Amino acid sequence: MSEKKPVLHVENITMQFGGVMAVNNLSLDVPEGQIIALIGPNGAGKTTAFNCITGVYEPTNGLVEFCGLPMVRNFPHGKMKKQYQGEFADKYAHDPVIKPSPDKITELGIARTFQNIRLWKSMTVFDNVLTAKHMRADQNVFSATFRTNAREEKRMREETEALLAEQDLLQYRDELATSLPYGLQRRLEIARALATSPKLLLLDEPAAGMNPQETAELAAFIQQIRQEYDLTIFLIEHHMDLVMQISDYIYVIDFGSEIARGVPQAIQNDQRVIDAYLGVSEE
Amino acid sequence: MEKTLKKDPAQKAGTAIAACLIAALYIFLILLDNVLPANSFTLMLIPVLKKGAIYSLICVSMNLLNGFTGLFSLGQAGFLLVGAYTYAIFSIPADQHAAVYQYFDGGAVGFSIPEALGKALGENAGNFLGAVVCIIIAGLVAAAFAALIGIPVLRLKSDYLAIATLGFAEIIRAIFQWNGLGPVTNGSNMLRKYTNFSAIKIGDIKLATAFPFFISMICIALIVLLIHSSYGRAFKAVRDDEVAAEAMGISLFKHKMLSFVISSFFAGVGGALLAMYQTTIQASAFKSAMTYEILLIVVIGGIGSVSGSCIASFLYIACNEWWLRFLDSGSFFGLSVPFFRDGFRKVVFSVLIMVIVLFFSRGIMGDRELSFAGLLRRHKKKAASGAEGGGQA
Repeated sequence: MSEKKPVLHVENITMQFGGVMAVNNLSLDVPEGQIIALIGPNGAGKTTAFNCITGVYEPTNGLVEFCGLPMVRNFPHGKMKKQYQGEFADKYAHDPVIKPSPDKITELGIARTFQNIRLWKSMTVFDNVLTAKHMRADQNVFSATFRTNAREEKRMREETEALLAEQDLLQYRDELATSLPYGLQRRLEIARALATSPKLLLLDEPAAGMNPQETAELAAFIQQIRQEYDLTIFLIEHHMDLVMQISDYIYVIDFGSEIARGVPQAIQNDQRVIDAYLGVSEE
Repeated sequence: MEKTLKKDPAQKAGTAIAACLIAALYIFLILLDNVLPANSFTLMLIPVLKKGAIYSLICVSMNLLNGFTGLFSLGQAGFLLVGAYTYAIFSIPADQHAAVYQYFDGGAVGFSIPEALGKALGENAGNFLGAVVCIIIAGLVAAAFAALIGIPVLRLKSDYLAIATLGFAEIIRAIFQWNGLGPVTNGSNMLRKYTNFSAIKIGDIKLATAFPFFISMICIALIVLLIHSSYGRAFKAVRDDEVAAEAMGISLFKHKMLSFVISSFFAGVGGALLAMYQTTIQASAFKSAMTYEILLIVVIGGIGSVSGSCIASFLYIACNEWWLRFLDSGSFFGLSVPFFRDGFRKVVFSVLIMVIVLFFSRGIMGDRELSFAGLLRRHKKKAASGAEGGGQA
């Protein structure tokens, strides 16, 4: 591997809620252009890890770097100082805390989808994607109200149209987002995330609730968008078929801590992973 | 792409009809003020129209916040009060200050904007432009108050936001009644003798009823333009799902603040118009009951519908001030009805409101809009399906 900085670098991230360690000392790297998966049984802390990266939660301790620059950084302070049960409590205590809000992180170039689809319910398919372009538009509230941003608005609409066409969603453009079938809602959510022009796409269980055929289509779709949009993809998934098929590297966590990492073949045969998923027999 | 760029004929026809109706409305309003005889009908109609137009603006401004941004704020009465007072303070003629501020040595404000403009441009133009300038200042001051209040309050969610804004509205009312500010606000005494609707004229043409319509219509048009812009879509995204909005790069605080400040600006304008309508104002009238009244109209009209708010405003004001008056009068078409006495109107009103909330909880319009283009399209569809059916038979 070349010594290029990874797109996403997560270092010693710990998230402690009261006495519960939801994520414990998690470190991982997501190199550019790859598809990296984070897997683990239910309640392992995968979504919490995502939420720490995207600014929804403020991690109790640890550092997240995006393209080589610190993006999130925290150390146990305040009332957490006494309660903290994790490691490396002093490692980041000398640097200032960085806690950007989720919209700032999206602005840097990280987009995400949600485990339970979160489309804007009252809006059409077209408006869902168009609204995601709001952030990068060159306008202010006056130019938008008085329509002096007409050129910008036209550009946004054309780009939205093009994006919907690429994702095969154009025929549904005027339908309410929530009236689409489940699989298409997932695809729309990904299209909406792409509309924010991300470098890194985080997918939270994109295959949840899909049948085997839809899952196979999704696998092809994810690989296709990575190519077309020059993306790096980091995903959480339960569907082993999907993960083994498309990921370049896999991290496995259980009870908040990493239990294995490696290429798909290695993970498939790893005894700790099998134990975590199927349980350890008594003998 | 063509579909969005080319306007379809229904849209064009709809715009034409709307323009004609608006022109007809203004001609009617000007006739109403100048030519039509004053009888018991016009005497009731004129105030209802004026107040209806003002309430339309106030309700649409609240709908922008509650319906389109999903912020359940109950501070509207406070911003109305700020707007009304700001307007009145800047437009009381200088020679009336001694009379109005009789307990505060003529007050601290020594000038009047309509009067100053009147000296330069003539009395009528001065009154008209002065009123407009004062109305804009009223909006700006209300917006400034909103920006200050918004910093702590907009971090709260749902019910907590409602309670906090309600509290702030009461604090604003208390501050405006405070004697320490008497030289400006006249303490708990009323403000009067400022420029009101009857002073608004062009030449000899009185515009007492057309003026509030004119201002409200411009403001509502601006709000509609905002709602249909990129920012309006961002507001709706915040309303539909805050988490998703934030994850798509829409800054929650910035957009909530924008919506709050803009809504308060128009509430301030509405307050100024209300002051003009009432001819005297007193802070004690801007109670939280006023906010509930506005909220009620918004709910009746449909949360998230601008046209719904306007229709409901006129209906509510007409019922409250005119059509249901007989319930208080003690007689019904000449028959004396013993329980029709003072306050019975409110009883009937409460029952009506309960019925609406229970059985028509989405209001008159739901979240749809009334548009002539839409009506035309529907009519055409009906005609087309009718013709098809006829052909088959």
